[in-house]
Amino acid sequence: MLNELGLRKRAELIQAIRAFFINREYVEVDTPARLPVVIPEAHNLPVESGDHILQTSPEICMKRVLAETGCRRIFQICKCYRKNERGDRHLPEFTMLEWYRAQSDYNSLMTECEDFIIEVAEAIGRRGYLSYQRTDITLEKPWARITVSDAFSMYSPVSMAQALEENIFDEILCTHIEPRLGMKKPVFLYDYPAELGALARKKTDNPSVAERFEVYVAGLELANGFSELTDPKEQRQRFEQELKSIEHQGRSAGRMPEKFLKSLVNMPEAAGIALGVDRLAMILFDLDTIDKTVLFVPEDL
Amino acid sequence: MYSASDLRKGLKIQIDGEPYVVVDFQFSKPGKGQALYRTKLKNMVTGNQFDRTFRSNDKFEKAPLEERTMQYLYSQGDEFHFMDTKNYEQVVVTQDQLGDDTNFLIDNMEVQVLLFNNNPIGVTLPNFVNLTVTRADPWAKGDTSGSDSKPVTVETGYELQVPPFIEEGDRIQIDTRTGVYMTRVKE
Repeated sequence: MLNELGLRKRAELIQAIRAFFINREYVEVDTPARLPVVIPEAHNLPVESGDHILQTSPEICMKRVLAETGCRRIFQICKCYRKNERGDRHLPEFTMLEWYRAQSDYNSLMTECEDFIIEVAEAIGRRGYLSYQRTDITLEKPWARITVSDAFSMYSPVSMAQALEENIFDEILCTHIEPRLGMKKPVFLYDYPAELGALARKKTDNPSVAERFEVYVAGLELANGFSELTDPKEQRQRFEQELKSIEHQGRSAGRMPEKFLKSLVNMPEAAGIALGVDRLAMILFDLDTIDKTVLFVPEDL
Repeated sequence: MYSASDLRKGLKIQIDGEPYVVVDFQFSKPGKGQALYRTKLKNMVTGNQFDRTFRSNDKFEKAPLEERTMQYLYSQGDEFHFMDTKNYEQVVVTQDQLGDDTNFLIDNMEVQVLLFNNNPIGVTLPNFVNLTVTRADPWAKGDTSGSDSKPVTVETGYELQVPPFIEEGDRIQIDTRTGVYMTRVKE
C-alpha cells in the first residue's frame, strides 16, 4: 500500500501525464466503463457487471469518439478490469492510459511514446535516466526498434515461425525474450504476427504481420500500440476469428460489437496506444511489485 | 483438482505420479497473449528442481500427502524405524531421506513424518532438541587464550562449537534447522 509520500508521487505522475497531453493539444475524454458488448479478445477474461461487462480497455469507445466527433487527438486515464490477472505485475483492476491520434501510424506513435516517457520522467525528477532495481537505464533517444522476428533470432532457441507453428510463441516471448528487453535503454518490439493484433492494421507489403508495437523498459512491458485497422469488413472477419477462438476455449463468445463496426466507416486513419500507468509508476519510482503502486490491492479489500 | 490459477508458492501438487512443491511462482501475460503461470517446482522425493510454465487450462491433482506424529524407535544400518503414536504402525525412513537430521535423533523423540501415498518421504524434527554432551575438553577457569568457542561431541555423535564453559555431562539445546548451539539447559 502507498504511504503518504507514495500517494503524493503517484498524484504527481498523473498530473505530469495530463500536462504532456494538454501541451500537445490532446482532449481528455471520459467514456463509459460498463458496456453491453466488449471487444472480442481471446485472452482477456472480462468481468461481468449485472447485464453489462466492465471494459478490458476503453478502445472501442475511444475509436468511436475519433469516428463520430471529429476530434483528432484524444487521451483517457481510466480503470480497466481483467479477471484472474494477479501477479507481481498484474492487478485485476488497473489504471490504463490510452491515447489516439488521427493521421498517424505506428512509426510516429513510437516516437511520441519515447517523448512521453522522457518528458513524464523528467517532470517527476528523472532527467534522461532511470535506475530500476539496481539497473541503470538511459532514456537517450533514439530507442532501438526490433522486429519480433529479429528478437526471436537474437534471443530464442527457435525462430518466430517455428514458435508459432509449435504453439509456444507466448512461452518463448515470456521466458527468453522479454527478460532481456530494455535493460540499458527502452526498446520497441514491433511487427507482430497478424493473429496477435485483432485491431491492428496489417502491413501492406507483408500481410502476415500487423503494424503493432510494444515498449519494454527493464524487461517490463509498458505499452502496446498500433496503426488502427479502419476497414469495417476486415475488422468483422478478425473479430469472427477471435469469437471462434473464445468459443473454442469453452467460454460464451459474446456478441459482435455492431455499433463499433458501423462507426468504423467514418474513422480516420489513426494510431493508438494503451499504457499501464501502474507499471509506469513501478519503473519511475523503482518499485519491484505493482502492489506498491496502488492504495489497495484486491486482497486488502 | 487444482487449476493453474490456484498455483502459488508452497502449493503441493502431483505430476506424473510424483509429489512437487511450488518453490517459486510468477504470473505472466505477454500483450495480447495468453496467461502463463511460470513456476519452479521441487520434487519432494528427489529434491530435484526445474522450471515449468503452465497455461490457464492446465489442471493438477493434489499431492496425496499426509503428516503423522511418530516416535523414533531405533536404527539398523541405513534404516531408521518410526512408530505412529496413534495406531502403533511402524515405518522405515532411510538415512538418505533423513540427511543431517540423524545428528539430532534420539530414542523416543516425537517427529512429524511426511507420507506420500502412505510411503514416508521426509521427517520434520522439533525445531529445538536437548542433547547431552559426551565429550568436551575441560574448561580452565580464567583461561585467557581468547578463544570464545570449543568443539564438543553430543550423545548422537554430532560435533559442534559451543562456548568454553560447557562441560561433559551438560545438557545443551541445539537448533535442528541450523545445527547450531543455542543455550545450556538445566533439567
